Amino acid sequence: MDFANIKKVLDVRCPDLIDTDGDRPSIMVKPESWGIVSNLLKTDPDLTFDSLMCLSGFDLVEDDHLGVAYHFYSMDKRHDLEVIIRTPKENPSIPSIANIWRAADWHEREAYDMYGIIFEGHPDLKRILLPDDWEGFPLRKDYVQADTYQGIIIKKDKTYWK
Amino acid sequence: MSTKPHIDQSLVKTEEMVLNMGPQHPSTHGVLRLKIHTDGEVVSKIEPIIGYLHRCFEKHCEHLGYEQIVPFTDRCDYIASMHMNHGYALAMERLMGIEVPPRVEYIRVIVGELQRIASHLVALGTFGLDIGAITPFTWMIRDRERILDLFENLCGARLLYNYIWVGGVSHDLPEKFIRRTKEFIDYFTPQMDEFDQLLTFNKIFIERTADVGILPPDVAINYGVTGPSLRGSGVKWDLRKDEAYSAYPELEFDVPVGTGKMGSVGDCWDRYWVRMLEMRESVRIIDQALKSIPDGDVRAAVPKKVRPPKGSVYSRFETARGEIGYYIISDGKNIPVRLKMRSPAFCNLSVISEIAEGWMISDLIAILGSLDIVLGEIDR
Repeated sequence: MDFANIKKVLDVRCPDLIDTDGDRPSIMVKPESWGIVSNLLKTDPDLTFDSLMCLSGFDLVEDDHLGVAYHFYSMDKRHDLEVIIRTPKENPSIPSIANIWRAADWHEREAYDMYGIIFEGHPDLKRILLPDDWEGFPLRKDYVQADTYQGIIIKKDKTYWK
Repeated sequence: MSTKPHIDQSLVKTEEMVLNMGPQHPSTHGVLRLKIHTDGEVVSKIEPIIGYLHRCFEKHCEHLGYEQIVPFTDRCDYIASMHMNHGYALAMERLMGIEVPPRVEYIRVIVGELQRIASHLVALGTFGLDIGAITPFTWMIRDRERILDLFENLCGARLLYNYIWVGGVSHDLPEKFIRRTKEFIDYFTPQMDEFDQLLTFNKIFIERTADVGILPPDVAINYGVTGPSLRGSGVKWDLRKDEAYSAYPELEFDVPVGTGKMGSVGDCWDRYWVRMLEMRESVRIIDQALKSIPDGDVRAAVPKKVRPPKGSVYSRFETARGEIGYYIISDGKNIPVRLKMRSPAFCNLSVISEIAEGWMISDLIAILGSLDIVLGEIDR
């Protein structure tokens, strides 16, 4: 199925829960309805998105929102779908899908690690790539690099070059 | 054949022990730490702890021009750098709508398949080494050396190539490259039969790997496992066929899948065997590509300034380890707003707790070896 047909199916199954962003082939979902929509994506016989290809957080600065982009693929039906969820930077929270697609487990931990997005209901939400005692979320655009980490100077010391 | 060890809890008093394997351990293939919960010698749960090699790839990308990112992708998967370059170039070309000359596509396929052979040789050699077979490793590294020599001749580097650029490749094929590649193929084809005699059908190797660490196809898909590890579970899925890019649609090759020849579908031996067969397919592809490579200017489509339009792209590519995905958001400037790399080994490793549960620690070594991970791309 192409994007227009997937959109039609979703419009019938869960009206008012999904939205599009201009003419881009992706659907926008609000965090509070993501639980229902994600279940539908996996279980609906017309959609059967059994594979989560990628889950990436992003920070576009513009309006104090963080976002998460999900890329799904159906190995059976051979179609894909991009889902975008936006959440306020103040208190970023999105329901976890780690129990539906196990691939989301580590990817959600990574998005938490880098952007501080809380995935509600995740089995073990903790940092994955950075050390557990790291402060701040480095991929946020307003992240300010600390001077030291456990006594180690982080900033590049250029005095030696002069 | 190996079977899961059975412990009668009513006869022995056991208690759980937590064991750390790594970060410095010869069979973790890099700086990976596995926190293993064991019951005697039987694994009950594994927590992989990663991030020891984290080099802030994605953060760096947000401060670099698009063309400057290519050498960074090299460093992510240092065993198969060519594929990383190609995956990135492909994503950028899709974002910018660049049409690449056919000669470039053929060169990319040739070097890509050579790289696949080189990468699989390391994967299979170290897999054998992990479970005690030392000779195959030295033989495979010896043959990989020939491929690295070819690459050195091609672009000057043996591991980190920076060869495939957005819109083209950095240099045309050097004189004699085609002849030397043909010589390599003629040399390598009988070598694969020797590997089969030495390792593949070795009784000890089969005993150690057949029926061990079975990965069912639905679990593999749910965990996002891709590449030879997924095909080992019997799923016929290869982006070179199913979402064909570059010159692959014009070339003939098969997609080998695991069939449970020595044990069950999706065991360690199947994952090994799929890689072995893939090397044969790669040789077939290179052979065809060398015969039909067209002429042309390899830098004809390389843009002077890499400045994609506003928008985003998710593009995936079949590397030696599985699907690499690049999610790139552009705001029309010369540096990306966001570049996410979905690394194949990251997802492949996450399944280990699921499939290693109930096996002995020595089997865990075989399972980890069969997944073929590279920590550089897991940690990025």
